[in-house]
Amino acid sequence: MFVNLKLVWLVTLLFFSSFSTTMAADNRLVITGSSTVAPLALEIAKLFENNNPGIRIDVQTGGSSRGINDARMGLANIGMVSRALKPAESDLTPFTIAMDGIGMIVHKSNNIKTLSNAQIIAIYKGKITNWKQLGGSDLAISVVNKAEGRSTLELFLKHFSLKNSQIKAHVVIGDNQQGIKTVSGTPGAIGYVSIGTAEYEEKQGTPIRLLPLAGVSASVRDGVFPLSRPLNLVTKGKPSLLAKRFIGFAQSAEVHGLVKNQFFVPLKP
Amino acid sequence: MALLKTSFLFLSSLKHQPDRTLSFFLAILAALSGLLLLLVILFLAKEAWPGLTNGGWRSFLTHKSWYPLEGMFGIFPMIWASLAMMFGAVLIAIPLGLSAAIVMRFYIPPTSLLAQAYRLILGLLAGIPSVVYGLWGLTVLVPLIGQLHPPGASLLAAILILALMILPTIALTALAALEAIPKTILSGAAALGMSQKGQILSVALPAARMGIIGGILLSMARALGETMAVLMVAGNVVQNPDSLFAPVRALTANIALEMAYATSFHRASLFASGLLLTFLVFLLSWFASRNMGNNHYG
Repeated sequence: MFVNLKLVWLVTLLFFSSFSTTMAADNRLVITGSSTVAPLALEIAKLFENNNPGIRIDVQTGGSSRGINDARMGLANIGMVSRALKPAESDLTPFTIAMDGIGMIVHKSNNIKTLSNAQIIAIYKGKITNWKQLGGSDLAISVVNKAEGRSTLELFLKHFSLKNSQIKAHVVIGDNQQGIKTVSGTPGAIGYVSIGTAEYEEKQGTPIRLLPLAGVSASVRDGVFPLSRPLNLVTKGKPSLLAKRFIGFAQSAEVHGLVKNQFFVPLKP
Repeated sequence: MALLKTSFLFLSSLKHQPDRTLSFFLAILAALSGLLLLLVILFLAKEAWPGLTNGGWRSFLTHKSWYPLEGMFGIFPMIWASLAMMFGAVLIAIPLGLSAAIVMRFYIPPTSLLAQAYRLILGLLAGIPSVVYGLWGLTVLVPLIGQLHPPGASLLAAILILALMILPTIALTALAALEAIPKTILSGAAALGMSQKGQILSVALPAARMGIIGGILLSMARALGETMAVLMVAGNVVQNPDSLFAPVRALTANIALEMAYATSFHRASLFASGLLLTFLVFLLSWFASRNMGNNHYG
């Protein structure tokens, strides 16, 4: 009987030990939020860990809303948010680490060269349903939209003054990758994704093409592209010493190489 | 009282059996898995609670559609979509699965190479991860349907993928039910001079019907709960499934798409739809096990 009790204890302990992840230790940082910022934050964290032995940084994705929520509730030391903060979020302090843009993409075989804002709005509202109405080939337009909660969607809606219920979508996608797969597999599709991801995929030979927006070619380099957004790290109140050091590092010129590798635009010094 | 008596019997049996150590340990483990399910359901209910109280549940029923950004949380379009996918898939998979089972039971000798290869294929079909089906659907099936009627991601694509996924479940459970029919019944039918077609249609199938129906219900539960493949091929637009080519969003896909990004009421309503799904799958599984339990022949 004694042996059994020991076994039972072991099982119980194993069961409960999984709940007790500690976060407050001063050599550990938890960073959660935007799936756009996460790959960059992960690279920066790796470099930071190399430079500071003994420090552990844990990066988890889950969208900008989660970044806001976790930073607010104290579930994470730092939140990642791929947009500017809203007025209702003024309890958090943003630290911009890079810029990103959202670009309209079409299939490579599409011969449309550029679209005006009014044309994009008409396409997304379902008023224009065939590329031939825009001077293209006779092909039905497949409108690709993002799922709710993504800051890409929120930025897109705000820029074109649209409501999500006005959009007549044919496909709703989750992350950038799914968007690129959908557009590259559908000749008549139009979608919008992070420019960084789209540029990378275009270079890899994926059959997609970035469209210029209102005459400005899709690149955030010069900072004039209309659909651009800051990539932020946010903290609640005053950041801890370690969090402050990490944020300082993420904003320094040392990480500009990493930022460019992810096809984002570093901040001007 | 009855419960007390059973637990007393259980404990006293522990005292007398030589392998009581093992049985005690196994009982704890068995209780743990039951407890785990209970904990999951309790957790779901707890997280869904803020969405259900204060008349929150009314918004699920009265709102026309699902636009959390605009405070609209109608879930009916997604319920219809989930049900349409499930019934569509079952309608396709039943004739295919049943004929596969009948052929294996009555027309090819079970020890032949062909029968063994066929069994292997069915087992493989059942074992392929759903994300692989989804990937295949997204890159092959969706563009194919897209040529017929753009954009391709549609109710039809989801139905075809789901049918493929549940086909082995239906075929293998039906085969097991057919094999469990006592030989005497079939010999009796043959002795009466019935043709093989007559034996299959009027004797074998009716005798095995409980097992077959149970397998169908189980496969329906699987179709309803499938997430990844459906997320990849169905298009995920929240709307009533008014055409086979319409892109639709299933309840499961909705949870997978939005859960990581949802907060407060939005999050709670996702948990509420999860609770609803669990309940539906539970009902189907319960009917299935009741059917299979009552079955005399398999």
